[in-house]
Amino acid sequence: MAAVSGLMWRPLRPVTVRDAINQGMDEELERDEKVFLLGEEVAQYDGAYKVSRGLWKKYGDKRIIDTPISEMGFAGIAVGAAMAGLRPICEFMTFNFSMQAIDQVINSAAKTYYMSGGLQSVPIVFRGPNGASAGVAAQHSQCFAAWYGHCPGLKVVSPWNSEDAKGLIKSAIRDNNPVVMLENELMYGVPFEFPPEAQSKDFLVPIGKAKIERQGTHITVVSHSRPVGHCLEAAAVLSKEGVECEVINMRTIRPMDMETIEASVMKTNHLVTVEGGWPQFGVGAEICARIMEGISKKLVLEYSQTQIKRLKLAFTLSQFSLPSPRSCIQLPGCSCCSCHWC
Amino acid sequence: HFGRPRWVNHLRSGASRVLVASRNFANDATFEIKKCDLHRLEEGPPVTTVLTREDGLKYYRMMQTVRRMELKADQLYKQKIIRGFCHLCDGQEACCVGLEAGINPTDHLITAYRAHGFTFTRGLSVREILAELTGRKGGCAKGKGGSMHMYAKNFYGGNGIVGAQVPLGAGIALACKYNGKDEVCLTLYGDGAANQGQIFEAYNMAALWKLPCIFICENNRYGMGTSVERAAASTDYYKRGDFIPGLRVDGMDILCVREATRFAAAYCRSGKGPILMELQTYRYHGHSMSDPGVSYRTREEIQEVRSKSDPIMLLKDRMVNSNLASVEELKEIDVEVRKEIEDAAQFATADPEPPLEELGYHIYSSDPPFEVRGANQWIKFKSVS
Repeated sequence: MAAVSGLMWRPLRPVTVRDAINQGMDEELERDEKVFLLGEEVAQYDGAYKVSRGLWKKYGDKRIIDTPISEMGFAGIAVGAAMAGLRPICEFMTFNFSMQAIDQVINSAAKTYYMSGGLQSVPIVFRGPNGASAGVAAQHSQCFAAWYGHCPGLKVVSPWNSEDAKGLIKSAIRDNNPVVMLENELMYGVPFEFPPEAQSKDFLVPIGKAKIERQGTHITVVSHSRPVGHCLEAAAVLSKEGVECEVINMRTIRPMDMETIEASVMKTNHLVTVEGGWPQFGVGAEICARIMEGISKKLVLEYSQTQIKRLKLAFTLSQFSLPSPRSCIQLPGCSCCSCHWC
Repeated sequence: HFGRPRWVNHLRSGASRVLVASRNFANDATFEIKKCDLHRLEEGPPVTTVLTREDGLKYYRMMQTVRRMELKADQLYKQKIIRGFCHLCDGQEACCVGLEAGINPTDHLITAYRAHGFTFTRGLSVREILAELTGRKGGCAKGKGGSMHMYAKNFYGGNGIVGAQVPLGAGIALACKYNGKDEVCLTLYGDGAANQGQIFEAYNMAALWKLPCIFICENNRYGMGTSVERAAASTDYYKRGDFIPGLRVDGMDILCVREATRFAAAYCRSGKGPILMELQTYRYHGHSMSDPGVSYRTREEIQEVRSKSDPIMLLKDRMVNSNLASVEELKEIDVEVRKEIEDAAQFATADPEPPLEELGYHIYSSDPPFEVRGANQWIKFKSVS
């Protein structure tokens, strides 16, 4: 085992999001005895989506625990274990099933540090696939970013690529607060090049900081999880038309990095939010609301009415179907093509 | 030890404080206690137990303290000095004191919202508890938790969502087993909560994984205003764990509770897995301070329990009749307890509320300070861990 913390240069190699999460969990299980994983099929099945492949063979029954189909029960058990000083990773097979257990996530985990006046912390990670997959129907396709992102006391992260996935799972496990990590099943098999620093055992992606995936000057596009990829593809198309998009990968839903988004919007004066969740009361709605509040503070004094009107055109591209690379972004006065839904 | 001369007592006047020479009392006495009903157990707790004078005085003082603390909370609530939720446990003192007597301080305990008694027996002072009820900064949760959210070492509250504490308790038991330290977790819930689905999920996993969890149903006959007969198809709560062995305990007799707890703790510590205890008890107050407690039960019933089964009275009678203590001595303890409660109430009334600047504190643990939006975008609170 290499004792050097991976700053040694290794050639870039593609790592799938699945393997990135697996590596992250493996490294944290190795690093801290108190970390353990529980959930349905995480042990002997190697994970419903094979995210925990090989971990049970390596760490055994004590640290990789198969649970019965009892979300409310095992989520509560995980929270109790965290209260007693362990560091559980509680996997929901999909976040749709977390609704069975949502009371334990919000009332037992998120609120406890506050209610106890700072006496009782709950260092737990809830993770699993979130949002739509391929043809799994309505009950298995809900995005929970807005629901969990609503609650103080919780941290909510939503990785897009492998670097995000590994860095965020490690940060989440090391965080002393309850963290919800919303993964995406369709991203599990997608390979990304791993930068050298991501190969270090201490590589962390900070919670609460967005990443600008693509610099641009004409329009700010904010997204999280799988749609980030769609935005980058759309940006490439628009670039040919002479429209340069700045694509921001939120990485964290709560606490939201408004600084990065605001700075970008101040530069471009245009905002589009893209998400897999429903529009009403969604993540994009929150971003727009905060930008509006920010405008009244910062921009009214500096910009004219027309530009404020343009900002009011910020909208979320989720509607009734999912955003795809072929959905174009309609701009005022732009000779862009109309939107397509695939 | 029985039948020692009590002539020394006659020399004392009731009004003066007298040092009691312990050589005039018995050091201990043996008592018979009710046999517990058993489920899937060959043997149960013993039917006799030895109570030492020292322990007896300690239990008496603790139960009296809980009793007076709850009555003081009632008074402060009616004066509107305590507001919000307030669920009192007077009548159930033998449960919290008896359970504590059967375990170690290193064991763990979690319960629901009727938690003031347990907060005290797990080690917090009456001052901190009353100040938390009045929402002051000297409260054990700095005034931010209130009646239902008090925490102490190895005491995990104080939980507001009925039944949610049971999987939490199984999780604490999992941590006990994980750490390999021979500790157990007492996981309490009421007769009302006993019908919650998540409790059965917890039973299943605790039994499957042999978690050192003592599930304890504090059956006070009413889930809020619904009597057990109207809520449960089976009111044999000690059997509801099905594959988990159970015992039904007289929850008004502190010695019975203590022995049953010792038995249950030994069972769990031996690695056999979880066990279930049903404590049959009674609450004098209504469900909470908003409930007079007489629309769903009769005053006669309350009075009958008070006169025949009051836990403090039962212990007192035993101790006096066995020469473990004198009536005067116990009265002295009453006086001391009253004073302690009075002082605590004074503190709880006079202590200032937590400062508004700290409204946003303790949202996240171990994080650098950040800003929290208030009621509108221009109101900001600082949040410090």
